Amino acid sequence: MLKKLFPYMGGYKHLALITPLLMILEVACELALPRFMAGIVDVGVAQGDLGYILKMGGVMLALAVCSMLCGMLGAKFAAMVGQGFGANLRRGIYNKIQEFSFADIDRFSSASLITRITNDVNAVQMMVTMALRMLVRAPVMLAAALAVAVSINGELAVVMLVTIPLLVIAIAVLMTMCNRLFQVLQKRIDALNGTIQENLVAIRVVKAFVREGYEKTKFKVSNDALTKAAVNVDMRVIAMVPIMMMAMNGATAAVLYLGGGQVLGGSMLIGDLSSFITYIFQILMSVMVLGMSLLQLSRSIACARRINEVLDTQPSITDGPLSPADLPQARGQVEFKNVDFKYDVGGTGENVLSGIDLTIRPGEFIAVVGGTGTGKSSLVNLIPRFYDVSGGAVLLDGVDVRDYPLEELRGRIGMVLQNNVLFTGTIRENLLWGRPDATEEEMLQAARDAQAYDFVMAFPDGFDTQLTQGGTNVSGGQKQRLCIARAMLRHPAVLILDDSTSAVDTATDARIQASFKRNLAGTTVILIAQRISSVLSADRILVLDDGKIVDVGAHDELLARCGIYQEIYQSQQEGVQE
Amino acid sequence: MAQQHGRGHGARGGFQKPKDLGRTVARLMGYLTQKKWPLLIVLACLLGSVLTNIAGSSYINLVIINNIAGGVYASPAGLAADVGKLLAIYAVGWVCTYAQSGIMVQLAQRGTNRLRRELFDHMQTLPLSYFDRHTHGELMSRFTNDADNVQMALEQSVVSLLSSVLMFTGTVLVMLVVSPLLFLVSALTLGATFLVFKVFGGRSRRYYQKQQADLGAVNGNIQETIEGLKVIKAFTHEGAAKDLFATLNESYRASATAANFYSTAIMPIAMNIMNIGYALTAAFGGVLSIVMGLPLGSFTLYLNYCRQVGQPMNQISQQLTTILSALAGAERIFECMDEKSEVDEGFVTLVPVVRDGQGRMAPAPEGAHVHEWAWKVPDNGRFVLTRAVKDETDALTECPEGTEGAMWAWKYPHEDDPACGLHRIRGDVQREAGYVLAQLTGAVRLKNVDFSYVPEKQILHDVTVFANPGQKIAFVGSTGAGKTTITNLVNRFYEIQDGVITYGGIDVKAIKKDDLRRSLGAVLQDTHLFTGTVMDNIRYGRLEASDADCVEAAKIAGADSFIRRLPQGYQTMVTGDGANLSQGQRQLLGIARAAVADPPVMILDEATSSIDTRTERIIQKGMDALMEGRTVFVIAHRLSTVRNSNAIMVLEGGRIIERGDHDDLIAQKGRYYQLYTGGAELE
Repeated sequence: MLKKLFPYMGGYKHLALITPLLMILEVACELALPRFMAGIVDVGVAQGDLGYILKMGGVMLALAVCSMLCGMLGAKFAAMVGQGFGANLRRGIYNKIQEFSFADIDRFSSASLITRITNDVNAVQMMVTMALRMLVRAPVMLAAALAVAVSINGELAVVMLVTIPLLVIAIAVLMTMCNRLFQVLQKRIDALNGTIQENLVAIRVVKAFVREGYEKTKFKVSNDALTKAAVNVDMRVIAMVPIMMMAMNGATAAVLYLGGGQVLGGSMLIGDLSSFITYIFQILMSVMVLGMSLLQLSRSIACARRINEVLDTQPSITDGPLSPADLPQARGQVEFKNVDFKYDVGGTGENVLSGIDLTIRPGEFIAVVGGTGTGKSSLVNLIPRFYDVSGGAVLLDGVDVRDYPLEELRGRIGMVLQNNVLFTGTIRENLLWGRPDATEEEMLQAARDAQAYDFVMAFPDGFDTQLTQGGTNVSGGQKQRLCIARAMLRHPAVLILDDSTSAVDTATDARIQASFKRNLAGTTVILIAQRISSVLSADRILVLDDGKIVDVGAHDELLARCGIYQEIYQSQQEGVQE
Repeated sequence: MAQQHGRGHGARGGFQKPKDLGRTVARLMGYLTQKKWPLLIVLACLLGSVLTNIAGSSYINLVIINNIAGGVYASPAGLAADVGKLLAIYAVGWVCTYAQSGIMVQLAQRGTNRLRRELFDHMQTLPLSYFDRHTHGELMSRFTNDADNVQMALEQSVVSLLSSVLMFTGTVLVMLVVSPLLFLVSALTLGATFLVFKVFGGRSRRYYQKQQADLGAVNGNIQETIEGLKVIKAFTHEGAAKDLFATLNESYRASATAANFYSTAIMPIAMNIMNIGYALTAAFGGVLSIVMGLPLGSFTLYLNYCRQVGQPMNQISQQLTTILSALAGAERIFECMDEKSEVDEGFVTLVPVVRDGQGRMAPAPEGAHVHEWAWKVPDNGRFVLTRAVKDETDALTECPEGTEGAMWAWKYPHEDDPACGLHRIRGDVQREAGYVLAQLTGAVRLKNVDFSYVPEKQILHDVTVFANPGQKIAFVGSTGAGKTTITNLVNRFYEIQDGVITYGGIDVKAIKKDDLRRSLGAVLQDTHLFTGTVMDNIRYGRLEASDADCVEAAKIAGADSFIRRLPQGYQTMVTGDGANLSQGQRQLLGIARAAVADPPVMILDEATSSIDTRTERIIQKGMDALMEGRTVFVIAHRLSTVRNSNAIMVLEGGRIIERGDHDDLIAQKGRYYQLYTGGAELE
C-alpha cells in the first residue's frame, strides 16, 4: 500500500536513505557514553589514573558532539523529506483530480476528495517523518542497547528478556481495549460536532421556533455522552505511564538484586552494574516507542489506501483522437442522435435520458423546460462532455464530441452551471476566467450584457472588489449575473445556461434575455429555465418529461398543442388574462 | 503519552499568546476547582510521585555504591531487604501517578464538559447579528480546536508542568547538595540548553505561524477548487489551477520544513548538550574524586542526576507551548461567552386560553393544544388599557367609558416613547386582577421603521405596513430591496433603529421574545433540516404534536405523498441537512413544520421558490388552507404566488414604492405592472 506512494519521494530519495544512517550514528554515540563513563569509574577513579580519565572524558565529549551533529542533520533531513514528500503527494493528487470527469468527481464526492488530499496526505506524511526517525531509531536503539547489556553481563540480560515480552503484552492488551473505545469516542465526537454544526447552520430556524431550550437539551445529551466516552478512554490510556514505570522499576530492582549478588560474589564490577541500570531505561523506552510507531503505521495504511484509490483512478473521460487541425470551423451546431444516458454507466439504473433526437442550428436560441428531475441538466451536460452518453451520439459542428480534444471542445462552449461558483480573487479576475486574453473593454461589455456592470460599479472597488471564498459577499442574483458575464466573455459558439437566472428578479431577467437577443446574434444559446417569461423569445422550446422529448416548437405552437407546456404556462400565468 | 482525539483538522489554536493571561487562567481554573479536595489529592499525589522518583535514584545509588561496594551486606538477604524497600518506594510512585492522572482526567473532562455546555447555552442566547459576523467554521472551532486544547492542557499539561518544575527544582537542589563544584559544569550546560530552547522555540513558533497561514491558503484553495471543479472543467481552467496550487503548495512546503526542523531539532540538540555536560562532568568528577577525594558514591549519584535533569526541562518547554495555546483558546471561548445576549425586556406573555360558557377567556390547562391565545399584559404603566373612538380622519381619540362606537385601545402615555399615542385592539379584551388578557388576533403594524445592519448602510427607510388579522400581505421587489429584512424585524431577529412595530397594539419590544416568536410561524428562505426522522423534523414546529398532527400538517403542505414514497416513510432518517432530499422536498417539509406549529401569524419567505410551478399549483389548496384565518406575510419572486394577497408592497432600495392589491397595482401601471408583465419595456 505504501510502496505505491514511494515515487512521490522524488528528489528526496537520497536524503531519505541518509537520514536513518544519521539516526543510527546518533544512537550509537549516545549508547556508547555510559560505557565510557563506566570506564572512568572502574578504571580511572579506581586506579587514580588522571590521564585515562581525561582521555575517556575527551572521547565522551567527541561522541556527544558527533551525536548532536547527527541529530541536527537527521532532524533537518527528516523535515525536508517528510514535507517534500507530502508536497509532492498533494500535488500529484491535485493534478490527478483536475483530470477527473464529472462522473469521477461524483463517485468520490468533493468532500471525500478534500479529506483525502488534506487529512490523509497529512497522516501519511507524518508517518514518513516518524518512520525516518522513530522506526529506525527505536529498533536500532533496542538492538544496540540489548547487545551492550548482553556484553556487560549476559546473565543479567535475561531479566530484560523477561521484562520486554511482559511490557509488550501489557501494552497490546491496553491498546486493544482502547482501540474499541476510541472508535466509540470518535463517533461521539462526530455526533457532537454534527449537533453544533446543524444548530449553527439552522440558527434562524431555532430562534424562529423558539427551540433554544430543546437544542440545549439535545446538546447536553451529546456532550455528556462524549465526556463519558472520553473518560472511559482516558482512564485506560493514562495507565500506560504507571505500567511503563512498573516494568522499568521492576527490572531495575531485579537487576540490582541479581547484579548486586554478583558484585558481592566478585563476578561483576560496580561500574558495570551502574551502567547496566542506565541501559534498562533505554531498552524499555525503545520498546514503547516501537510499539507506538507500529500502531501509527497501521493507522496511516488506511489513509494510504484511500490516497491510492484516487491516484489509481483512470479519468473516465479523456481527449478524443482528432487534432485541432482536423476540426471543422466552430459554428455552433449541436446534434443529439438517438441519445440514451444514465449516470451509473453499465449499471442497472434507469435511463435519465432516452431516445433524444434533436438538431440545434447554428445561432438558434433554444429553451428547455420541464419539471425537476426530468433530465434538463443532464441533457446539456452531454454537450461539453461532462458525462458521456450511454447510447447514441452527441455531435458538435458535425463531429462526435468524443473525438474532440477536451480543451478544444469546451473552448467552443460557454457554460453557466446550475450550482455556479466564483473563486477567491477580484471580480475582474473571475470574469477573465472566461477568456484570459480579453481586453478591458470586452470584459466591461460582457458585464454590461449580463446586467452586472451597475452593481459592480456600486462597490467601492468596482471590478477590483475582492470576492471571498465561494463568493459569499455578493447576493445570489449578483453571483448568477457574474457567472453569465464570465461565460459571455468567452464568445463561445454555444452558450449554455442551466437555470442560471433563478435568483435574478423578473425585470433584470428580462433585460438579460433582451441582451442575449441583441448581443449573441451568431451564438447558439441553449437555455434551461423555470419561468415561462424567460423562454418566450426562444426560437424553439423543448419540453422534457421523464427523460424524453415531449414536444419541440415555438411558444404559440406549444401552447396550442402541448399539454405539459400548457400546464406549466397556466401555473405561472394565472390571472393575467382575467 | 499525549493522546489527541483528533477532532477536526487544520489549525490548532496556534501559538497566539493569550492577551490577559492572569484573568484567563483564574477563570479557567474555576472550571477545575468546583470541589477543592480532589485538587488537594492531586497535589499530594504529585508531590508523592516526584519525591519517590528522586528518592528512588538516590536509594539505588546508596545500595550500589555505599552498601554493595562498601561491603555492608553480610549476606544476600540484606541486599534483598533493601531491594524490597526500593520496590516499596517505587510502588508508592505508581499509585501516586495513576491516582493523580486519574483524578485529573475526571476533573478535566467534567470541566471541559461544563465549558462546552456553557458556551453552547450562551450561544443560543446571542442575537442573529452575532452569527452574521462570524462564520460557522469560526464558531465550530470554539467547540473543536479551542475546547480540545483546553481539555488537553487541563488533563495533562498542567500537572505535567507542575511535576516537571518540581522534578527539575528537586534534581537541581540534590545536585547542588551532592557537589557544588560539579554543579558549575552543569550550570553551564543547563544555561546552554535553556538558550537552545529559547532560540529554537522562538524560530519554530515564527515558522509555525507562517506554516499555518500557508496551510490555510493551501486548504482554502483545495476546498474552493475541488468544490468548484465542475466550473474549472467547464472553462478548461485545469492548467491554471494546477499552477496556482503548485505555487501555494511549494510555499507551504518551505515554511513547514523550516517549522518542522526547528521543532524536531530541539530534542536532539538539547539532549546532546546534556550529553556533553555528562561527558564533562564525568571527566571533571573523575579528576575531582582523585584530586580532592570526592566520594565515589556522590560522583556516580551526581552523574545519574546529570542524565535525568534534561528530561524535565524538555517537558517544561513542551507543556508551556500546549498551555499557552490552550489559554489562547480559552480566551476565545470566554470572549464568546462574554458576548451580550439578545436584549429582552419584554413583560407581556402569551398564554393559551379556552372560553367558558359566557365566552370569557381563561388560561388553558398545561399541555393542551388550543387554537386560541391571548396576551397577558401586566399593569405596569408602560401602556394602559383605554377606550377610544375614530374621528373623521380615522385617527383614534380617547373617550370616556360608554361612548357610542368606542373600541378598546392601548394608550402609550410617554412622549419619548416611539409608540406614544393610541393603538387599537381588535380582539376581545378582559380585565383581570393585576393584568389584562387581550385576545391574540394577528394585527401587525410597522410604523415609520428605519433599519440598518451596520450603522453606515441603511437598509430600510421609513417603512409603514398595516396587516389586519387574517390578511395576506406580500412583499415583492428585487434582490436586496429589504423584503426578508422586514420579516426579520417583526420577529425581532434584529432591532430597529427608529419607528415602532406593534402586534395587537402592543409594542413588540414589550413582548417576551420567546412568546413573540412562538406566535409567528416562519418558513424561511433556506429550509434547514435536522438529523432525525422526517416525523421529528415536522414535529420541530410543535414538540407536543402527535404523529397524527404531523401527518395532517404534511398533507396540508403537500408533502405527504412524497414522504410516503421515501424508503421508511415518515421514519426515514434525514441526514446532512436533508442532503438526501431535493430542495423542493425540503421546502415542503419546512412548510409542514410551520403548519404543525399552527401560529396566528405566518411568514413565508420564498417558501415555494424551489418547488416547480406545477407542483406549487398542486399544493396551492393546502397553502390556502394553511393561510386561512391567519395573518400572512409572503415574500416571493414569483408573482403568481402573491397575486391573491390583500395588499402587495413593492419595495425598492429599502422603501415601499407602491402598495395596493393586485388589481390596483396593475391599474397603476407602475413598477409592479412592469414586473408582472415582465416585459422588455423596462429598458
